[in-house]
Amino acid sequence: MSEGHSTYTPKTGIERWFDARMPLPRLIYDSFVAYPVPRNLNYMWTFGGILSIMLVAQILTGIVLAMHYTSDTNLAFDSVEKIMRDVNSGWLLRYLHSNGASFFFVAVYIHIFRGLFYGSYKAPRELLWILGCIIYLLMMATGFMGYVLPWGQMSFWGATVITGFFSAIPLVGNWIQQLLLGGFAVDDPTLNRFFALHYLLPFMIAGVVVLHIWALHVVGQSNPTGIEVKSKTDTVAFTPYATIKDAFGMIVFLFVFAYFVFYLPNYLGHPDNYTVANPLKTPAHIVPEWYFLPFYAILRAITFNVGPINSKLGGVLCMFGAIAMLFLVPWLDTSKVRSAVYRPWYKLFFWLFVADAILLGWLGSQPAEGSYVFMAQMATLFYFAFFLIIMPVLGLIETPRRLPNSITEAVLEKNKGGGGHPAGATAAPETKG
Amino acid sequence: MSATDIHDPNRRDFLYVATGMAAVVGAGAVAWPFIDQMRPDASTLALASVEVDVSSLQPGSSLIVKWRGKPVVVRNRTEKEMKDGETVNLSDLKDPIARNANLPSDAPATDANRTTPGKEAWMVMVQVCTHLGCIPLGQEGDFGGWFCPCHGSQYDTAGRIRKGPAPENMAIPVFKFISDTKILIG
Repeated sequence: MSEGHSTYTPKTGIERWFDARMPLPRLIYDSFVAYPVPRNLNYMWTFGGILSIMLVAQILTGIVLAMHYTSDTNLAFDSVEKIMRDVNSGWLLRYLHSNGASFFFVAVYIHIFRGLFYGSYKAPRELLWILGCIIYLLMMATGFMGYVLPWGQMSFWGATVITGFFSAIPLVGNWIQQLLLGGFAVDDPTLNRFFALHYLLPFMIAGVVVLHIWALHVVGQSNPTGIEVKSKTDTVAFTPYATIKDAFGMIVFLFVFAYFVFYLPNYLGHPDNYTVANPLKTPAHIVPEWYFLPFYAILRAITFNVGPINSKLGGVLCMFGAIAMLFLVPWLDTSKVRSAVYRPWYKLFFWLFVADAILLGWLGSQPAEGSYVFMAQMATLFYFAFFLIIMPVLGLIETPRRLPNSITEAVLEKNKGGGGHPAGATAAPETKG
Repeated sequence: MSATDIHDPNRRDFLYVATGMAAVVGAGAVAWPFIDQMRPDASTLALASVEVDVSSLQPGSSLIVKWRGKPVVVRNRTEKEMKDGETVNLSDLKDPIARNANLPSDAPATDANRTTPGKEAWMVMVQVCTHLGCIPLGQEGDFGGWFCPCHGSQYDTAGRIRKGPAPENMAIPVFKFISDTKILIG
């Protein structure tokens, strides 16, 4: 909607009545029907829609679960078991909610890596990217607090470890930690406030999502070539083209999600969380939810003091720094070319970075001993080097491949080269196999 | 309008500043209870003391009591554990301070300073890892003391941090022997 004015024309009397008073139908028409999207968007661009539907699903299942849950340390674990056994369809709602959190993160990680690959964060989309990073942070806080609510062993010890991060802050750390916990250890006050915040944060996410979409509709979508839309032939209307593509993406995604809900509902969880929380016994091997594992590996990788910064503070700084890197990406990447399609070296390092993130995730699930520690240290080093050295330097020294003049040219070139069909092949339907 | 740009502060300027200041102070005063309510409440703060009967503890055995929501270990150390603790060179320690609430805050972390005079076999210690608050496992790890399963911190037989990410020796709470077989913690 950056360029172009509204093409909405109210047809009925009711529409005209609304349009003169509160033009909501016009906003919906302009945003989700006539809104022009680049014609070359691939399936990586369907994850925004998938994330929206996951947020709605999490809020709906969460609200009904809250009607049966009790946030008291003596009752919380049993109330979750009651949901599983006694509440009608309770097992389904809980598995939808717990696996929904995992698939929310699956979608957001694909969405983030899509942005990193195609340079979606570059001007004028810096603010759009940062709003996305804020949503990701809120998601992490919500996911963490939600995991505490069932009051299992992993809930308790995960909460102990993560609130322990704050005690690493010099001088005021212990005060802040006690402020978060409402006591000297994770206990009843902690569980109650986590429940209140777990209910609040998704609505804050929804608020930032509105800003994210607003910013998106001001600057327009990026696309696999990274070239800005230049003419009307570069775009197609959101409806039906993007709507149908998004819908198909959602169906495939929800199909995989449903497979986990019905056939592997506990695969992404941890068996220790079916043991009630015990403040006097730490499980032999604490791991967070899978979507935090790379950051957990970075936290544990810092086993040495650096000058005045001890290993504990260092680990916490590195872990938060790893997330902070994302916020800085628009300014760390110095290349004038957006898309990795035209950046052979960046493309290589991007895939190395993906491998590094997966390696860190795997290391986060392993015990912190022996060669795992050294591997985590090397992987952490590469993680930061990717953002702080490779991104800025590569932009200056890399020679990108030739960019097409427009999205239309890129699409036509691809159809010519890739399919072996002449551009006008569809005009001769009798030749189709 | 240059005449208004360079005037002396007048009554209206004073009122603007005063109103703004009152609004800031007022907002702070309203915000404080919202933050303050999150701090540990009176029932949590109420100091609890625990009395522990240790008559059943033979050398090499320990028991755990809950104090302020945290586990406190009482261990009757073996001869070997005491010797291992005493022979450590202070310069090998990651944290050279005793962290003993019964001693001055700068007392060095000698084996004697980690215990109480005349009862050097006895370790009384908050068994919470100083890294991120996990409960270390007793009598494990490279130093025969405590090993934290969460992030791999290793403590020696006097509960001093030797290896891994934890920054400090495990804390020693205020405690005393009220008789040969009874300890008062807190």
